[in-house]
Amino acid sequence: MRARFSLASLVLLLALFFGGAAQAVKPDEVLQDPALEARARVLSEGLRCMVCQNQSIDESDADLARDLRILVRQRLVAGDTDQQVMDYVASRYGEFVLLKPRFSLRNALLWGTPVLLLIAGGIFIVFSARSRRTVPDSNLSAEEQAALDKMLRD
Amino acid sequence: MVETGHFALVLAFALSLVQMMVPLVGARTGNQRLMAVGGPVTVTGFALTALSFAALASAYAGSDFSVASVWENSHSLQPMIYKITGTWGNHEGSMLLWVLILTFFGALVAVFGNNLPATLKANVLAVQGMIGAAFFLFILATSNPFIRLNPAPIEGRDLNPILQDLGLAIHPPMLYLGYVGFSICFSFSVAALIEGRIDASWARWVRPWTLVAWMFLTGGIAMGSYWAYYELGWGGFWFWDPVENASFMPWLAGTALLHSAIVMEKRSALKIWTLLLAILTFSLSLLGTFLVRSGVLTSVHAFATDPARGVFILCILTLFIGGSLTLFALRASRLTAGGLFHPISREGALVLNNLFLTTATATVLVGTLYPLALEALTGGKISVGAPFFDLTFGPLMLPLLAIVPFGPLLAWKRGDAIAASQRLIAAFALAIAAMLVTGLFINGASVFAALGVGLAVWLVGGALTDLAVKSGFGSVAPAVMLRRFAGLPRSVFGTALAHLGLGLTLLGIVGTLCFGTEKILSMRPGETVELSGHTLRFEGLSPQKGPNFTEDRGRFLLLGADGNADGAINSAKRFYPVRQTVTTESGIRTIGLSQLYLSLGDENNDGSVVVRLWWKPLVTLIWGGGLVMMAGAAMSLLDRRLRVGAPAKGRTPAAALADPT
Repeated sequence: MRARFSLASLVLLLALFFGGAAQAVKPDEVLQDPALEARARVLSEGLRCMVCQNQSIDESDADLARDLRILVRQRLVAGDTDQQVMDYVASRYGEFVLLKPRFSLRNALLWGTPVLLLIAGGIFIVFSARSRRTVPDSNLSAEEQAALDKMLRD
Repeated sequence: MVETGHFALVLAFALSLVQMMVPLVGARTGNQRLMAVGGPVTVTGFALTALSFAALASAYAGSDFSVASVWENSHSLQPMIYKITGTWGNHEGSMLLWVLILTFFGALVAVFGNNLPATLKANVLAVQGMIGAAFFLFILATSNPFIRLNPAPIEGRDLNPILQDLGLAIHPPMLYLGYVGFSICFSFSVAALIEGRIDASWARWVRPWTLVAWMFLTGGIAMGSYWAYYELGWGGFWFWDPVENASFMPWLAGTALLHSAIVMEKRSALKIWTLLLAILTFSLSLLGTFLVRSGVLTSVHAFATDPARGVFILCILTLFIGGSLTLFALRASRLTAGGLFHPISREGALVLNNLFLTTATATVLVGTLYPLALEALTGGKISVGAPFFDLTFGPLMLPLLAIVPFGPLLAWKRGDAIAASQRLIAAFALAIAAMLVTGLFINGASVFAALGVGLAVWLVGGALTDLAVKSGFGSVAPAVMLRRFAGLPRSVFGTALAHLGLGLTLLGIVGTLCFGTEKILSMRPGETVELSGHTLRFEGLSPQKGPNFTEDRGRFLLLGADGNADGAINSAKRFYPVRQTVTTESGIRTIGLSQLYLSLGDENNDGSVVVRLWWKPLVTLIWGGGLVMMAGAAMSLLDRRLRVGAPAKGRTPAAALADPT
């Protein structure tokens, strides 16, 4: 919530910027065209509300989230593709707003981990299964083995 | 009373120092008397911690605002139940609860561990003592709940309103029972490494603890998810929030541990891997505690500005994870590896289970920590949210869930994949049918939705097939089958129930995500709204007054087909004056397995009110499935074969037949 301070000025700016537009959509920021609205909802779910903890702008009640929702819808009405909208928002607010990180070199480790680990794990299992030899079962002393047997008896 | 609690806490810390050293020295030198110190010290440490916790709880119950923690998190007008739950609804109190549970589990080992080898028991208690000492010191040094204020304030600052809920009474204690339960598995692993040997009786001890911890963690996560669902007011049940991930990672690793411990117990295989998993699972629990408690999640900078707590937990984290992994690296080669098995066998299936679960755990871990690491290293800020996990975690779960029904139907050592497939043919046909029906006959169903429904039916069908096959369905007379069914080992029911619960949860998730509908609109009193065949009439707003809040309550009537009222749904905007906080109290009506979810928004200038309405099909199954999973774990725990030292009992022929191990 510390971030709120630095963002307060941003919110104010946005409020000024969208002051006129906000009246068009009060609860119903909802667009007339259902197809366009559906796209807007999907895009909103992928954008982070910057004043909340890990909420998308689709879920957030914050004013800034509302402004972003309106911005997304404006871009869609203006004829942008989904990708163009996301790029536009990201260019203004930084990569931080994208809940789905870009496939970039910087994020290679992030996206690569699941695949690499699955492959490495698979290879490891195959090789260890091949190289495994039988090993004597235990190196317990006689009385320990007796105690263990007693314990294991059903 | 408060000073007594404070004193007891300091004493408990001192005892934990004794507990971590004396039995360890005893075990190394073979001194029976030193080893025997561990038990009484552990039990006394638990009694002192319980006294300390009771002292804090009574300060909360009695609204003693001379205690700083009570002043910050309580209010004299709060209902008594929230005064008491407020004890652990804050940082200091929750850490005290953490050590209370830690010492409780330690005491359980001390009291019931008499059939353990003396050195193993001594080492386990010593490791428990080390964890206890670290956290006692942490509490006393940075998070002391007993600090007094002078002069004492007249009134408290109230508990955070979103925490004033029954969910809070249950969620953290359950979660901690899960987190801390894994500490016992950890201690057993480290003790085994110290001793340099590990055998099947070790697995026999670790498995029930894993089950207990897993059961509570499952409950804690499900409870937390339901709490977020109804309390946060927009009807989401899982957000991939770092705090949620913090509890989800130990759950995933714990699930893997649960399965690999079976292989180790039954077949003496995967020993080293099981031991490593036990260490990793508790390490992830510690990491979860660190993430939630240090403030590092809000921002790396927030962490750096108030570093005392964060740095302290980070040290604990480094010490225990680093220490145990170093010990593992040094000693693991001394442990003998396990037996052989064929890839197509129950062991093989469980190895695959472990591969996918571990990768999934790592994926969640990387997704949670990557933004922190990137910001700390390069200063770049990125977000890793739900879309990332949908794309990575989701695909990992698909193959895992698809092989779940095969596991219990394969024999140990060398299984017959074709025979297992034949037995599953009915479940498979049912799953395909469900998939086709969903895809073809339900409007707006996506491929993903059809696949999800099919997979869920496959899991449920697989679990039922498992029970049917083991009862001899189709090959023996119904009466014999019933008798066999009743005679099945409880762990067989446990497995079937847990897998069934998984299927139900999946069905709930798919139902809600893919077939849910919603409406956002402004309503005036008297207006009606229709959503997925349900009609609601808005009756109007009325101001109400609670003990420590005021609210505007919106009343909605659910109208039946004949137009008559069929019950009311209330949703409110609540205002807590002490903290100047507004919360939304959602209105929920359960219809069958589905729910109508209603959330009140702001009032407009023209007198209408913003209303958000959701229809959430099958949503209750998400948490219902969690309860069924818990029931499965409880059932397995009741299996006599899991109880070490339980008196021998002749196995029934049916049981022997059903479980040829």
